[in-house]
Amino acid sequence: MSEPVTPGSDQRQLIERDIDGYLARHADKEILRVLTCGSVDDGKSTLIGRLLHDSQLIHEDQLAAVERESRTGGSRAGELDLALVVDGLQAEREQGITIDVAYRYFSTARRKFIIADTPGHEQYTRNMATGASNCDAAIILIDATNGVLIQTRRHTFIARLLGIRHLIVAVNKMDLVEYDEATFADIRGDYEAFASRLRVEDLNFIPMSALHGDNVVERSTNMPWYRGASLMHLLENMHVAPGGGIDNFRMPVQRVNRPDASFRGYSGSVASGAVRPGDSVVVLPSGLSTEVTRIVTMDGDLEEASAPMAVTLTLADQVDVGRGDILASPVNQPRVSDTIDATLVWMGEEPMAPGRQYIVKQGAKQVFGRVETLRDRVDVNTLEPLPASTLALNEIGRVRLVLAEPVPYDAYEDSRATGSFIVIDRLSNITVGAGMIQAPGGQALHSHWDETPHGALTATGSAVTAEEKSQRLGQTPVTMLFTGLSKSGKTVIAQAVERKLFDEGRLATVIDGQNFRLGLSRDLGFSAEDRSENVRRAAESARQMNDAGLICLTAFVVPLDSVRERARTVVGPERFLEVYLTAPIEELKRRDDSGLFEAAERGEIPSFPGVSSEFEEPASPDLVLDTASLGVEDCALRVMDLLRQRGFIH
Amino acid sequence: MPAMTHIEQLEAESIHIIREVAAEFEKPVLLYSIGKDSSVLLHLARKAFFPGRLPFPLLHVDTTWKFREMIAFRDRIAREYGLDLIVHTNTQGVADNVTPFTYDSRKYTDIMKTQALLTALDKHGFDAAFGGARRDEERSRAKERVYSIRDRNHRWDPRSQRPELWNLYNGNINRGEEVRVFPLSNWTEFDVWQYILAENIEIVPLYLAARRPVVEREGTLIMVDDDRMPLEPGEVPEQRMVRFRTLGCYPLSGAIESTARTLQEVIQEMLLARYSERQGRLIDHDAVSSMEQKKREGYF
Repeated sequence: MSEPVTPGSDQRQLIERDIDGYLARHADKEILRVLTCGSVDDGKSTLIGRLLHDSQLIHEDQLAAVERESRTGGSRAGELDLALVVDGLQAEREQGITIDVAYRYFSTARRKFIIADTPGHEQYTRNMATGASNCDAAIILIDATNGVLIQTRRHTFIARLLGIRHLIVAVNKMDLVEYDEATFADIRGDYEAFASRLRVEDLNFIPMSALHGDNVVERSTNMPWYRGASLMHLLENMHVAPGGGIDNFRMPVQRVNRPDASFRGYSGSVASGAVRPGDSVVVLPSGLSTEVTRIVTMDGDLEEASAPMAVTLTLADQVDVGRGDILASPVNQPRVSDTIDATLVWMGEEPMAPGRQYIVKQGAKQVFGRVETLRDRVDVNTLEPLPASTLALNEIGRVRLVLAEPVPYDAYEDSRATGSFIVIDRLSNITVGAGMIQAPGGQALHSHWDETPHGALTATGSAVTAEEKSQRLGQTPVTMLFTGLSKSGKTVIAQAVERKLFDEGRLATVIDGQNFRLGLSRDLGFSAEDRSENVRRAAESARQMNDAGLICLTAFVVPLDSVRERARTVVGPERFLEVYLTAPIEELKRRDDSGLFEAAERGEIPSFPGVSSEFEEPASPDLVLDTASLGVEDCALRVMDLLRQRGFIH
Repeated sequence: MPAMTHIEQLEAESIHIIREVAAEFEKPVLLYSIGKDSSVLLHLARKAFFPGRLPFPLLHVDTTWKFREMIAFRDRIAREYGLDLIVHTNTQGVADNVTPFTYDSRKYTDIMKTQALLTALDKHGFDAAFGGARRDEERSRAKERVYSIRDRNHRWDPRSQRPELWNLYNGNINRGEEVRVFPLSNWTEFDVWQYILAENIEIVPLYLAARRPVVEREGTLIMVDDDRMPLEPGEVPEQRMVRFRTLGCYPLSGAIESTARTLQEVIQEMLLARYSERQGRLIDHDAVSSMEQKKREGYF
């Protein structure tokens, strides 16, 4: 068994004899931020306690308290239970206080370490994502007696998702498997087999016993077959590239510094790259160009500023720059767009509602935005994409976000600082989501509306003209969209209109949303994306009917105005009428004999417009019918009036 | 360009937080306790807005029992840096003779510090208040967030605390709510001392050892800073070489015997002794008044 290191005796001597020398040695350290993943059962708290203890960072009165607690409540009677050094959170957990991340600090002569420790199994995804967001490296603990578990995959996946490039797999409790090399080799093999999919740049394995200190700070004498470094040695010497991907200059402007008329500076933290006076920069999103004149700090002007320094820049021209703008090098500029494809980790108690408006904070900017499309959800245990209509707490999905205005951004893998965002609920102000922006085109969402037809295709016309058909049928073809919430009366009114038209000797047909899903759209679900695709198919069908000369009455919910607009474009705006059916929600519930609303309110139907997902009222409908006060016959008569007024029937 | 040192990184991170608050809140304030962490916080705030002035005032809650040297230091610093300093005292508490000698430390602290602070926050309508607390001060502080959201009654609601990712802080609040902001969250006591040394930041001389009049009570050395301190029969203050690890109300601040007359020597003693910083602070020893409780009441 290796002895715990006595509080660095040479360090202690240096402190005693030459404090100035000691301080000089400690003046020039880097920070390494490390995430620890694993449960208490894996010996995580013991490991952190061991690191703190062996690097002499536990104060003596705290140590005395731990010794006292070890005698009474420790899990190993008699022995010093180092887990108690960090397990200060049990009581809070019992009180229902949410602990997402606990931070621990220790330092050696080489580095200052910030340990982000995410306790507990519950809400693990949210907590881990939060802790990982600022970390350079992650320690993934595996209990040697259990081997690779589902949670090991989950931890690895989330660490990679949040952009951690350095992983240390600590195979702990080697003392319980007699320090057996083959056991370690098997676990390593299992891990490598699944981790190969996750493209880990720097992957390290250490056999360890945190309880006894084997390979934690000192190399273990119990495992001579292991020739690698101890955990501490690895942490101290790991080469970590600052920032990540790109080295082009970016600085989101936090604040305009204008103390008086003679000075105007732009304050912010450099997100990537470096800048020098005389460098050209562009202001985004405006795209204006200018030049940096000074880098101002209280310690004097600087020759150069690099990430993550907090500085104030002055510019050569009086260009318009405000909070939230990004100053960037003209080469390899951030993309500017109001549409963002991203991986979204949902952290809200209430599920994410596609179409609902949230606040998005990205860089130094807050804008309104909504999830236009939820492409899929990722199963964090199997890494398989699953169809989804919403994201619940701790779920991860791929989304397309539409913002109220264009913002400059990078892909997360290129730049954490300009490629990340948080999602804030407008009412509660709580942070409900965290997003990592994907490279444009890399994971483009699947939408058939914009798809280019495959192959060399030419459209052909009909042998019979539209006028001939119109004359034969005594009508001008038109598509009516009956839109509204479930139970608002879309289908029954569409059918009543169909009857009246037929009785007048005209020819109309109804395309009903449910019928449509039984046939042409039987492959589609109820996600925002699938709803949108369903409407696209209906619009294409309606166009065919109109081309054939028929009046087409379509009954679909269509919760988003943007989708209604696209349908109008497909059919042709000159022959598209929007009829909005509305009634108080209580009335709709009263009509609902199949219990859909109740089920949705219980959360059983995750994407139910008006209850569990957004329903946007039409911005400019051609007709609004209040079906609570008007009967079906009255509604049908008004629709007939509209058709006459607009000249589709005479 | 060489990589930034840990102190430079911590400085940049803190300045980022301070600027973010100044940009997003309507009426921030810096809670200035005159201690070494407050001195670091003030230094960072001055750096954040250079060459401009601080775009917010400092607030000192004066219990009237602070060390005299602290008050002199406070007024001189405010004058020298042209700071907008607000001093608030619970005058009703003074009139009611609420002192560290008439009430137990919990009640005294609640009336003269916590209630006074809340009154001052309400009176001025501050929506964000910077504090100098660090996560390494105590085991239970490890989980604290940088932005700590308080409800209309200044209470800390565990359920409304927000996950903090990257450097994207969520400062959205509803009317009447406020946020306590801790830019020094990731600093350790050693970092603070290193920074004070490196930046030559002025601190109250009480942090350095000198001969001072003290009495020993229940094993704690209390400095007799003025003649308001009631002495026990036969109790005579004696001159001892002492310094303070934390500063507050003098009757509640325990001194430690020390010969450290320079910052370097203080750091040397700290590293060799390795006693937790809060040990000398009497209010924490009060069994019922844990940090957690104080936070819920609105002190932190």
